[in-house]
Amino acid sequence: MTESPLDLSRRGSRLFGGGGQGQARGAALSTASTIVVLAVLAALFLLAPGSAAVRHTFFSPPDMWHALIGDPAKGYYSVGAAIWLNIRMFLAAEAIIVVLALLLAVIRQSTGPVLLPLRVVALGYVDVFRGVPTILVVYAVGFGLPALNLTVVSTQDPAVYGVLGLVLSYSAYVCEVFRAGINSVPLAQVSAARSLGLTQPQAMRYVILPQAVRTVIPPLLNDFISLQKDTALVSVLGAIEANRAAEIYSSTVFTYSSFVVAALLFLILTIPLARFTDHLIARDRRRRLAGATI
Amino acid sequence: MTKSFGDHEVLRGIDLVVAPSEVICLIGASGSGKSTLLRCVNLLEPVTSGSVWLGGQEITAPAIDPDLVRRHIGIVFQSYNLFPHMTVLKNITLGPVKALRVPHAQAEGDALALLARFGLADRAGDYPDRLSGGQQQRVAMIRALAMSPRLMLLDEVTSALDPELVAEVLDVIRELAQAGMTMLIATHEMTFARDVASRVAFLADGEIVEEAPPSELFENPRDERTRRFLRRITDAGRL
Repeated sequence: MTESPLDLSRRGSRLFGGGGQGQARGAALSTASTIVVLAVLAALFLLAPGSAAVRHTFFSPPDMWHALIGDPAKGYYSVGAAIWLNIRMFLAAEAIIVVLALLLAVIRQSTGPVLLPLRVVALGYVDVFRGVPTILVVYAVGFGLPALNLTVVSTQDPAVYGVLGLVLSYSAYVCEVFRAGINSVPLAQVSAARSLGLTQPQAMRYVILPQAVRTVIPPLLNDFISLQKDTALVSVLGAIEANRAAEIYSSTVFTYSSFVVAALLFLILTIPLARFTDHLIARDRRRRLAGATI
Repeated sequence: MTKSFGDHEVLRGIDLVVAPSEVICLIGASGSGKSTLLRCVNLLEPVTSGSVWLGGQEITAPAIDPDLVRRHIGIVFQSYNLFPHMTVLKNITLGPVKALRVPHAQAEGDALALLARFGLADRAGDYPDRLSGGQQQRVAMIRALAMSPRLMLLDEVTSALDPELVAEVLDVIRELAQAGMTMLIATHEMTFARDVASRVAFLADGEIVEEAPPSELFENPRDERTRRFLRRITDAGRL
């Protein structure tokens, strides 16, 4: 076995674990340890004094099934159908957040004296909505706007207010993520762009932002996983989303199994996005290691 | 012209005239102000006092839009500074298309012609990280040339390159000099400066200490500081 000492990609991969000989033995070991850990946890759960009661109230298969498909005649909604509202709220919020946050980030990074008032507004916006708990923002929007008794503004569906609340809160976070990305682009890139006669906005648009956005995609997706879950907060406004449907089932039938169904449905949504994020991070690291060999 | 960063006076009074088609090499130790001088000429750095003129127009005048001026002045940096998220072709056409509003097809045609002229036709579709340092620097030269500048500023363009890659970049500069391009070149390549420059200016402590045709400056330096600098270079085997 010969290995060039300059082969950084292989050294890199070994440095961070994985690869090389002993891979089969490693796989066997990790499988065994996983089985042992799971067995111990299962035993603890099954042997606990209240195990039977917990299994009955949280993991009752008939209740879980009924909560999933719902039965309007008996007064409860389908959790499976209600998660569709979460998905729609998530997709709508996400699209608006990306645009709004990018705009906020560009304003906060601007330097022109004319834009100072906008910068102050953006700073205040980020400070307020990053600092106030998301659920309070949702409350404020969901109960405040209808109370104003305005046309259109005060007559929307609770889900619309929910999305608005999530947008306000999350765009403040995501703005800071974008700003970190913008700051990570070397100043030399700005010099190069401006030296070609590009204006400041053109340099931002064609040179800085494309590189900044690429850098922040993993942390961005991380925030979106969080956003997917937080659509459940809209239940406080009475929108029949998954968490609310589970709550209704729970108070009708006196079981918590419906919440487990909602939890499982949220996992089905968030885990693929989490794995996709991992995949992007790994690809980025491979690229950087490959770049180091040149 | 002078330039200060806070209390630190980097350029203490530069008086330099470059005639059309002239190639001026700026030599001097690191920190002598060569890079700052170049960045002031294309207004990447605002000058502290004095003025810069390009073809009879004062470009440091407050009414002048720096973005318009920079279209006529190409600069190439030590660290290439290509845009890593764009192909070689996009790197070259960005300026003409966005700043000069050249139609897309025409800009690409011009870019491909320049790439062919400098032996890089087959790299048009590659991303910069696939290229060697020498190739990247040649692309950076082409990117600046694609704007049809009236003046080219080269800021130690070979300093970051492996020795065996220096020649290909110097060849490009030589070809431009022969084609009559006006150039202001900050360099550590003394042999090259002697070979290609119409005049050589030696900078020290933010001033042009001595300025003369290369034969004169390298053979009979008049100032003591120039002599000392050239002696150090000679001792290092670089001249």
